[in-house]
Amino acid sequence: MRERYGLNDPLWKRYFIWISGFVRGNFGESFEYKREVDELIWDRIAFTLIISVGSLIFTYVVAIPLGIYSATHQYKWSDHFLTFLSFVGMSIPAFLLALSLMVFAFDIFGVPLFGLFSSYYEGAPWTWGKLGDLFKHLWIPVIVVGINGTASLMRIMRGNLLDVLGQPFVQTARAKGLKEVVVVGKHAVRIAINPLISILGMSLPGILSGSAIVSIVLGLPTVGPILLRSLLNEDIYLAGTLIMMLSLLLVIGNLLADIALAWVDPRIRYE
Amino acid sequence: MDLTLEVPLRLSVFHFVSGYGCSLFFIKIGAKIQYFKNMNPTIEITAEVEDANDPWADGGQLSYRQLIWRRFRKNRMGVIAGALLLLFYILAIGADFFAPYHYNEINMRLRHVPPQRLHFSVEDGFYVHGLKSVRNPESLELEFTKNLAQRHPVEFFFKDAEGRRHLFSSTGPMFLLGTDRMGRDLLSRIMYGARVSMTLGLVGVFLSIVLGSILGTISGYWGGWVDNLIQRIIEVLSAFPDIPLWMALGAALPPGWSSIQIYFGITIILSIIRWGGLARQVRGKVLAYRESDFVMAARAAGAGHWHIITKHLLPGCYSHIIVIATLAIPGMILGETALSFLGLGIRPPMTSWGVLLEEAQRVTVLLHYPWLIFPAVPVLVVVIAFNFLGDALRDAADPYSD
Repeated sequence: MRERYGLNDPLWKRYFIWISGFVRGNFGESFEYKREVDELIWDRIAFTLIISVGSLIFTYVVAIPLGIYSATHQYKWSDHFLTFLSFVGMSIPAFLLALSLMVFAFDIFGVPLFGLFSSYYEGAPWTWGKLGDLFKHLWIPVIVVGINGTASLMRIMRGNLLDVLGQPFVQTARAKGLKEVVVVGKHAVRIAINPLISILGMSLPGILSGSAIVSIVLGLPTVGPILLRSLLNEDIYLAGTLIMMLSLLLVIGNLLADIALAWVDPRIRYE
Repeated sequence: MDLTLEVPLRLSVFHFVSGYGCSLFFIKIGAKIQYFKNMNPTIEITAEVEDANDPWADGGQLSYRQLIWRRFRKNRMGVIAGALLLLFYILAIGADFFAPYHYNEINMRLRHVPPQRLHFSVEDGFYVHGLKSVRNPESLELEFTKNLAQRHPVEFFFKDAEGRRHLFSSTGPMFLLGTDRMGRDLLSRIMYGARVSMTLGLVGVFLSIVLGSILGTISGYWGGWVDNLIQRIIEVLSAFPDIPLWMALGAALPPGWSSIQIYFGITIILSIIRWGGLARQVRGKVLAYRESDFVMAARAAGAGHWHIITKHLLPGCYSHIIVIATLAIPGMILGETALSFLGLGIRPPMTSWGVLLEEAQRVTVLLHYPWLIFPAVPVLVVVIAFNFLGDALRDAADPYSD
């Protein structure tokens, strides 16, 4: 048994064998499942991606309008309310939110919102019905994972916009007699939104971490639960591959964010 | 014009003694002296002194710390948050006295007791009703209801069987927040758990401050390939998603370790990943100060690297470091809570808020015993309070801006 997994070799040798296999797409064999790691992880990574991208979209779609509203209504009670809400949103750990949401959902609907599919579609082949069912279950993890990011992004958007609104060109635009909607929407927001794209890369670790832990609580078929299991069972090849994959996702995400920034803001492109 | 003379004198003394200073500061002082010169010294200065809103009312006699304190006091949310945290720390440190029971006092016959209401009457003072256990015919579990005939008065400065004093406790069972699956009082466990959860953040942040300041200063001061190397290391560290990496490192802690070893192990794990951001900020500050006039002057006067770093560069970063550290503590507390919640962090018999929440992991458990989620409340309160405190400190750290 030990012979088969090469556990008698010293640590550095095992690592070298594993990492050289990793580059060639051979991730080793899971001790627990007795299967190639390769077979176990791909659909889980796909679901992780779906949830992460979903929460990223949710974060930006919700945070930017709220930030704009908060900045244009500075020091009104609605601004104070949103500020307080964002502090709470930043402070609440994702797994607690997931837990309380599940209890509420159970109270209201009477069914546990567990997993990503109804039991009817579990293990069934992909059909339109199954896809619809997926989306029906997807919104809870997407919101839960996105809340922390949304709150901090909203604060940043508000701060940026307030800075921009204090600048002379905004005054000029107002002096020209432009409507406030045009001043804010066309002139100020464009400038204020730029830094948010560079934050895109920085918010990725939080979202991936969040999706891992929320998935464990909600029992979603993503990387999180299988990572926890493999760690508890010392299933090293599986765990190593999963962490490597998450880090790879992060690096790729950062690259995409940088490309997006260069695309939106020509000033930072290299000559 | 005594005052005009006194102001720069005092400030230059203060400047050399405390070492807080930058050229910007001098410019502002200069402007202020000009302001004083232009005034009629006899009447208007007294009028100025009484104006509490003018930070220069007492001619800049306040120290940097006093200015920060004054600015901080104005932020009501920050002060409330600070006071609340202080209270929590006192409760945590004095848990032996403040908690009604010891955190590992097991009552197998009183498992999952729901929270008891505290009542008040003139003859008995504060009291709780006794408990009546009924076996549920379906689930065959013991369920508790209150026994109205019985009253257990709450005694203050209660002396338990081992002779230890508690602020309040009772001879009968008194579980204000209910009990867990081993009949341990949740309120006491939360107070003891605060010890671990709240100090772990502090120790962890302290470690990352030490690491971050040293490496950040080296990186910013010497630049070149050292800077490049340190910056690349930070980038590699920030490329890991933190919770999965924490989970992996937490799982790697040897199972035979004692509670204290695990505690420090977790602390080191949490700070290993978090020092990078701090190092970046310190580096930025050091880079900015390195080329400033007072560092040039020190160098021209023949000061060594060590002297310049400790006496001229680091003091300028203190306020920033404190702010960043305060804002980093909630992340550490949440990290520990998440790790322990997953069973990869603090291990029983040591208890922390995350360990307590681990029991509330399953929805079925929560539906039957909803009070088990209660440890989430102190987590939330403490994290929000640290966020507000950090925010207030950030505003106060730069007392010369308006």
